[in-house]
Amino acid sequence: MSEAALTSLEERQLAHFLQTRLVEFVRLARSNNFQVGVAEELDAQNVALKCGLGSSMRLRWGLRALLCSDQDDWERFDELYDAFWHPANVQSRYSTGAAGLTRKRPDARSTAEESRQEDIRSSDADSQSADASDETDDGGGTREGASFAASLAKTDFQALTDPDEMRAVEALVDRLARQMRKRAIRRQRPSKTGKKIHLRKTFRNSLRFGGAPMVLNYRERIKRQPRLVLIVDVSRSMSMYSFFFLRFARALVSVFRDVAVFAYHTQLLPITEALRQTDLIRVRNSLAMMSQGWSGGTRIGDSLATFNDKYGQILNSRSITVIVSDGLDTGEPDYLAAQLARIKPRCRKLVWLNPLLGRNGYEPISQGMQAALPYLDMFAPAHNLNSLQALEPDLTRL
Amino acid sequence: MAGEDRVTSLQARLAEAGYIAERSLSASLLLFTEMQRPLLLEGDAGVGKTEIAHVVARVFDCPLIRLQCYEGLDVNSAVYEWNYQHQLLSIKLLEQDRVSADDAEQAIFSKRFLLERPLLAAITQPQSPVLLIDEIDRADEEFEAYLLELLSDFQVSIPELGTITATSKPYVVITSNGTRELSDALRRRCFYHYVDYPEFDKELRIVNARLPEVGPQLSRQVVAFVQDLRKLDLRKKPGVAETLDWAAALLKLGINSLDAEPQLLLDTLVCLLKTREDSIRLESFEVERLVARAL
Repeated sequence: MSEAALTSLEERQLAHFLQTRLVEFVRLARSNNFQVGVAEELDAQNVALKCGLGSSMRLRWGLRALLCSDQDDWERFDELYDAFWHPANVQSRYSTGAAGLTRKRPDARSTAEESRQEDIRSSDADSQSADASDETDDGGGTREGASFAASLAKTDFQALTDPDEMRAVEALVDRLARQMRKRAIRRQRPSKTGKKIHLRKTFRNSLRFGGAPMVLNYRERIKRQPRLVLIVDVSRSMSMYSFFFLRFARALVSVFRDVAVFAYHTQLLPITEALRQTDLIRVRNSLAMMSQGWSGGTRIGDSLATFNDKYGQILNSRSITVIVSDGLDTGEPDYLAAQLARIKPRCRKLVWLNPLLGRNGYEPISQGMQAALPYLDMFAPAHNLNSLQALEPDLTRL
Repeated sequence: MAGEDRVTSLQARLAEAGYIAERSLSASLLLFTEMQRPLLLEGDAGVGKTEIAHVVARVFDCPLIRLQCYEGLDVNSAVYEWNYQHQLLSIKLLEQDRVSADDAEQAIFSKRFLLERPLLAAITQPQSPVLLIDEIDRADEEFEAYLLELLSDFQVSIPELGTITATSKPYVVITSNGTRELSDALRRRCFYHYVDYPEFDKELRIVNARLPEVGPQLSRQVVAFVQDLRKLDLRKKPGVAETLDWAAALLKLGINSLDAEPQLLLDTLVCLLKTREDSIRLESFEVERLVARAL
């Protein structure tokens, strides 16, 4: 950078240009859902100073360490970096425009989900290269079921925004949140009663009496509600019910402290963050974007296997796992049973809510459902608000 | 020295201390030590996250202070605690001396009776230590929030004593296994590095560095075997620690090539397969296939 040929004016201009580019890069990262703000724009200048501009790789690694905040960011950083700094060499989903970089797709959130989906896909079908599934406008049409995805967006998630029913669901979830049984965890707090003596408080109080512990203070364990893990089937056979359960999930996410929600069709994706967005339209769009590329029959076993492999760590002895599905599965019943057997010992209760169970004359005779029954702590019908309200006493007792 | 050379030299120093790191990790570590911003490490169990903190402490020749997180971890076990037994004794002694109540309070709430826990210890060292906060995801959100405050201000207030400001700013290494989603605030405040399973070459160098007595032939076979094993659909993939355990076990049993004693080899697989399903799943013909590929 400090070549002898440059005059000091040129040097200043170059430095200014580079600083601007760096700020642009951080902003690009932010618009692509990296968790970065103004502070990082300043930090990026510092990082560049430390790393020096002589080594492209060092700057890349430095900015990667600064701007990434999880594995997902980590995996898509290189592409973003190349698209910004070496635009000519890279064909990517980011394109350079006159006003800096803009995304070809309008929704920023989807990149994360896409790369996640690509991970799943490329792991089971290694012949499929990573960027083959990238673009819809390459004419190749590698993305299956686009028209189906569109209809999914209209039918399923559209109803998510109905205000009246939303309020009713929120009221139910509020009641659940108040009544759900609490269990002691290991964190303790001072209290008037209790079994163990809170030495510190007792000691401080004893100073009044010249060191004699006249008044004893105790500590007790804090009680907290369980972690809820909701796994919702959004396949076509569930389309009449899935919007309702997603609405229920959204209310849970906003009220309960500790909730994780996953949706699956042929693949399983975490949707907690998407549901947490305050703007309902954006929730709907993110969900619709995420569901692109889903097609084929429901594979409950495979989806639960993904859950076990990738997200299984979130289960603990305080979690209640709720699976919402009609149990109509195209996979092997034994495989489904094996996956449930893995979930069961890792959480406190395993609940299966089946919308079909509410229908007259329905018996859980599908093979998948039969295989699942032995592992369930609770198997109950739920297809709309009324049936869920009827379950309220059972759910609070879990 | 130019940036590139310094990455190389750090890489060499890490290797000298027994840790084989890629260039990208060395670059992250260099930045981490230069800017003294906390480093958040994520990755599967057994890829050497904790070891990174140990090796940084060795390379920069500074003490390592470790805080193992667990559910229910609170300020008393993470930051400081009063030594109640000593305080009680000393009150009795002060009573005999007829010291006034004010003086007595002064005396028993002095630094003499303060037990330093890892976080307080880390900011009161004469020399900047490496502070390893292991498995932060096991502690609860409340603790994470407290930690954030500490990491930004580098001071601790103790009601009875006043505020203790840092005399040394520790190099903070945080590891997480993903049992809980960490807060965005914590992620933003840290540098981030994702530690993956090592490639063949790197793992081979790790085995050779840690267990030179294994020899080039067996170490090559061991690493090739484990690399292939990770590609299988196992519940618990073997980490680097498992590879080293296995190599050591083979060495103990006097096996110097994987095809030497098939039966004995099957028995040693307990070092690699840590769940019942995995050991049932990996049948002997599959082991033979993996061995054949590894030779």
